[in-house]
Amino acid sequence: MTKKDTAAADAPEAAAGEPLLKVTGLVKHFPINKGLLRRQVAAVKAVDGIDFDVRRGETLGVVGESGCGKSTMGRLITRLLEPTGGTVEFEGRDITHLGVAGMRPLRRDVQMIFQDPYGSLNPRHTVGTIVSAPFRLQGVEPEGGLKAEVQRLLSLVGLNPEHYNRYPHEFSGGQRQRIGIARALALKPKLVVADEPVSALDVSIQAQVVNLLDDLQEELGLTYVIIAHDLSVIRHVSDRIAVMYLGKIVELTDRTSLYESPMHPYTKALLSAVPVPDPRRRGAKSGRILLKGDVPSPISPPSGCRFHTRCWKATQICTVKEPPLASPVAGHQVACHHPENAPDQAPGDPALPGAADALAAVTP
Amino acid sequence: MLVYLIRRLFNVAATLLVVSVVTFGIFFAVPKITGSDPALMYAGRETNETALAGIRVKMGFDKPISEQYLTFVKGIFVGRDYDGGTETTHCEAPCFGYSFKTEAPVWETMVDRMPVTLSLALGAAVIWVLAGVATGVVSALKRRTAVDRTVMVGALAGVSLPIFFTGMVAPAIFVYSLGWLDVSNYKPLTEDPGAWLNSLILPWITLAFLFAATYARITRATMLEVLGEDYIRTARAKGLKEGVVIRKHALRSTLTPIVTMFGLDLGGLLGGAVLTETTFNFQGLGTAAVAAIGQGDLPVIMGVTLLAALFVVMANLIVDLLYAVIDPRVRLT
Amino acid sequence: MTENPTAGSGGSAATTAGPAFVPEQAGPRSGAFLSVRDLKVHFPTDDGLVKSVDGLSFELERGKTLGIVGESGSGKSVTSLAIMGLHRTGNARSRPHISGEVVLDGEDLVKADADHVRTLRGRKMAMVFQDPLSAMHPYYTVGKQIVEAYLTHHDTDKKAARKRAVEMLDRVGIPEPHRRVDAYPHEFSGGMRQRAMIAMALVNNPELLIADEPTTALDVTVQAQILDLIRDLQREFGSAVIMITHDLGVVAEMADDILVMYGGRCVERGTAEKVFYEPRHPYTWGLLGSMPRIDREQTERLIPVKGSPPSLINIPSGCAFNPRCPYADVPEGGITRTRRPELTEDGSGHWSACHMAQEERTRIWTEEIAPKL
Repeated sequence: MTKKDTAAADAPEAAAGEPLLKVTGLVKHFPINKGLLRRQVAAVKAVDGIDFDVRRGETLGVVGESGCGKSTMGRLITRLLEPTGGTVEFEGRDITHLGVAGMRPLRRDVQMIFQDPYGSLNPRHTVGTIVSAPFRLQGVEPEGGLKAEVQRLLSLVGLNPEHYNRYPHEFSGGQRQRIGIARALALKPKLVVADEPVSALDVSIQAQVVNLLDDLQEELGLTYVIIAHDLSVIRHVSDRIAVMYLGKIVELTDRTSLYESPMHPYTKALLSAVPVPDPRRRGAKSGRILLKGDVPSPISPPSGCRFHTRCWKATQICTVKEPPLASPVAGHQVACHHPENAPDQAPGDPALPGAADALAAVTP
Repeated sequence: MLVYLIRRLFNVAATLLVVSVVTFGIFFAVPKITGSDPALMYAGRETNETALAGIRVKMGFDKPISEQYLTFVKGIFVGRDYDGGTETTHCEAPCFGYSFKTEAPVWETMVDRMPVTLSLALGAAVIWVLAGVATGVVSALKRRTAVDRTVMVGALAGVSLPIFFTGMVAPAIFVYSLGWLDVSNYKPLTEDPGAWLNSLILPWITLAFLFAATYARITRATMLEVLGEDYIRTARAKGLKEGVVIRKHALRSTLTPIVTMFGLDLGGLLGGAVLTETTFNFQGLGTAAVAAIGQGDLPVIMGVTLLAALFVVMANLIVDLLYAVIDPRVRLT
Repeated sequence: MTENPTAGSGGSAATTAGPAFVPEQAGPRSGAFLSVRDLKVHFPTDDGLVKSVDGLSFELERGKTLGIVGESGSGKSVTSLAIMGLHRTGNARSRPHISGEVVLDGEDLVKADADHVRTLRGRKMAMVFQDPLSAMHPYYTVGKQIVEAYLTHHDTDKKAARKRAVEMLDRVGIPEPHRRVDAYPHEFSGGMRQRAMIAMALVNNPELLIADEPTTALDVTVQAQILDLIRDLQREFGSAVIMITHDLGVVAEMADDILVMYGGRCVERGTAEKVFYEPRHPYTWGLLGSMPRIDREQTERLIPVKGSPPSLINIPSGCAFNPRCPYADVPEGGITRTRRPELTEDGSGHWSACHMAQEERTRIWTEEIAPKL
């Protein structure tokens, strides 16, 4: 397969046109109410000011640990949630605050695939009903009739079209995820946002679904935003990748740059934490970084750079000034004062006492 | 925690306020709209216009509804005066007015009847919780055995049979066939504890049977669910004896929903165990309420309704507090 | 069982009268510390007999780690519960039929008295579960749960047990253990909870530790911390570890030996090196081909195993993998569909169960599979 090559070939053309989706300063705070009068005393800053574009035909991977805001971000750009601030533009049109009615035509173009292939399908509906629901909701009569179209979709995602009348429980986990994909693709969307599409599946099934998503993208010219915590899956499926930490994008670049020469210390730590399926590399894990402690609470994230409490490179400036998402190297965005594999943005700044202790272990 | 308690007590007050307004509205305002006259209900049929006019003034029926309501509320907290023209009757707080029929102060009637309802409800509650939880646990542990099936059939019967039926069958068995007990009316505990117990055993059994059945079913289902939890497996993996696993780990979790149910059931029962009281001919709050409704005795209806509402909301509050004690994950904020 | 050096004067041997265990003495019947032979765990259900584990054998030495890999329903978790004797607890009606041998330190746990096995649980063998939030009782403090584990097997007072709990929490890297000992599980983060779970499992210095997907519910940076911790503790205590996981990265990092399970049976077993570099079973090839790589850029598609895992009620006849195997027709006479392949050893401790000739499999792996990975 040559997905990467096609993506590269398409790149100039895509760059020329406007992005399919443009996100600017996106914010989502969930209020916390407390006290006698239930006043808002704080907020979970799930997504706290992020900017990115999604280009036509590409796969943007979004990766991060639990609580980094990646799922909230997915729900914001599909407008399942209302943003607290910032804008979301789809094909140049501001959809940030569209109401239910305003979003309805857009629901054809933007679809979502969920993690849980069990919870997201109504157990009382047949597969036919589930997959044809988008047509009924949008009042669209597909060419050749509803049933034929649903059967076409089922075979498109590798299911037996004869199983039109079966119920979700009669299918395995992988097949159920295929049903979810068929439903998402029913109206020929332009953008598909998949939130952990394979993480509930077994390894062998996971690979089937990953390949299916690949094939469908090529066949139907889809644009994907794939949200996942599994860095191996993200590496395999994405053209570009955004790394999120505590509601912020800390790094955004193409996959080769990200995995070969990560700039943000967090990305570096994240990558080196993934167990490599190669027993020969066990003894020689060069530059292995083991972070201490846990991710801080998104209710009161650290000042300045949010990663400074766990960063071994942190200096004084990191505690007070939030690093902007900049491009020290063309095409490679990173929000860090002291990036790896790039010139230091704040040289000579005094190191933060105890920063070196942020690491439990570094194998040189 | 304190903030939570204050807010909840505020809610309790608000709920009672709404209940009182609605009840007052229904029982005092509706007759006015439909043309029937509370004064007439007070006086009875054989009366004349002059007497009615006197009653209206004395009871305040001539005033606007809102003012009547305020006087009523004031009566509960500080007492009120009834201006009978020639003489003024003072009604001490808490004043719920006087019964239309017996002229007895409503508050005293309620205080008088409360021990009956309390004895009935609390006694039955103790029995049904112990019996229900115990059978439920045994049934869960002996799942799919003859014991389990027998217990569950019994429980199904308990849930399905109406209380007036068990109320008739129980005496037939225990009194007339076996001769273990005899039927008697309620005797106050303070006068003769033996007679009190004797008068209550049958009603307790009847009432407890109904509830114990429900509790057994819920306990069994919850227990089975809890036994499948990961932390039970962990407890066993630690090498704990099965008895310890059941008592310390499984039972405690099982009790959480039981506590909730218990609070609500008890609150409801205290508000008036109408059927049981009627079945056994006890003069409790429930029978008082039924009689009052039949006779259009508005002040009694008002009083009993408010008292019942108080029981229910307080039971709810206590359940919520208890919940936080049992389950440390529940934070009361 | 080694005497716990930190338990204080009160902490001595188990409370029950099981046979005494002499430290470091190998079992009389086998050299291996843990030896599982022809283990079968069958659950009777209304739909039929679920053969979760159907003839599993392996050995494990002290100080070594065995990684058991398989997909959901392959029987890997059931195996661990069977070793622990946990299938013999609870309601009698839902217990499975267990046969075969689980010989731990010379003693067959399948035949042993259930109450005796209970006294070994948590003391000689302990377990760490996947989701530490659901695996700890929500109503009791972490300290209390660790104390309970200690007191069950030690005749000592609560104070000594609490001291031991604080010590263990400190050992597994929980900051401020004196304070945290009184916290409830929900007040811990996921990683801290799993550390506490490990502290609870290790409080009695078990000689066998079974970790069932210990990091699956955790974030990757936390996973790295936990794996590191398990490795350290194993080195320190010299326990044998069984690591059950679906993640090939985790086994590659942790395991000395790897056992690949499919449909309740072992299809391949050998050193980590052998299983990753010279896998002998088509299912292992499938797993390796299904796995997206973190360590290199793939431009090729993944090579998944077709179809879905088998129903354990109706395991395919012959080789359980035959309906999904691309090479099912290579051996002649349809033997893959009629006869169950034996698990055979090649002389170097590498076992596999496949009807294809070993030379043929080596050829397929080196010529057809490996170049595409």
